[in-house]
Amino acid sequence: MNKVLMFAHLRDAVGQESLDIAASGKTVAELKAMLMEKYDLPKLDTVMTAINEEFAGEDEIIRDGDVIAFIPPVSGG
Amino acid sequence: MRYEISKEPIQIQAVIDKVVEREAGAITTFIGTVRELTNGKKTLFLIYEAYEAMAVKKLAQIGAEIEERWKGSKVAITHRIGRLEITDVAVVIAVSTPHRADAYEANRYAIERIKEIVPIWKKEHWEDGEEWIGNQLETVSYPSGKPEGEDVHE
Repeated sequence: MNKVLMFAHLRDAVGQESLDIAASGKTVAELKAMLMEKYDLPKLDTVMTAINEEFAGEDEIIRDGDVIAFIPPVSGG
Repeated sequence: MRYEISKEPIQIQAVIDKVVEREAGAITTFIGTVRELTNGKKTLFLIYEAYEAMAVKKLAQIGAEIEERWKGSKVAITHRIGRLEITDVAVVIAVSTPHRADAYEANRYAIERIKEIVPIWKKEHWEDGEEWIGNQLETVSYPSGKPEGEDVHE
């Protein structure tokens, strides 16, 4: 299983801080597509992804137990 | 702990104290504060949210980048999260270096990098609504799913 963390407007859209999803073997892009289909999410093109707290590309493959975070454009400072 | 996410008001002097060095000839301090007017629109208050564990790691990465690029520099950064009122301090960056020019440059680099890679989000609350900044506006896009650019260090 994988924990998928949501932040900012994505958290508002999903209504939860995180989702438990079996995503191992999928790429980041495939996971995004799957979630967009399942939830009424704003499009995820401008959303970065972190796997285990490091930024990951769209083609990276998710392994069992990885923590995935979707990171909308940041606005700290 | 030179890199922190804090739910409490930031003690500015405490951040500065972390970069004091006998070798330092300059300390620059950047204080980011909550502004009332953005493009003529009046903000009532802000909520900052962070992916805390990753945000601390990314702040530390920025510090490491600076210490690599500006020799003899030392960095401390604290970013506040939660509800902030107008004029509250959102972020404090202190950089010490042997010479002043580097301290200014390195401090500027730190705030620009925070705005690129640190997972912290700001929700503006106005009289007539609220919005996460940097989202639907789509002023920033990440076609590869992660930050781009030659100076984005992995």
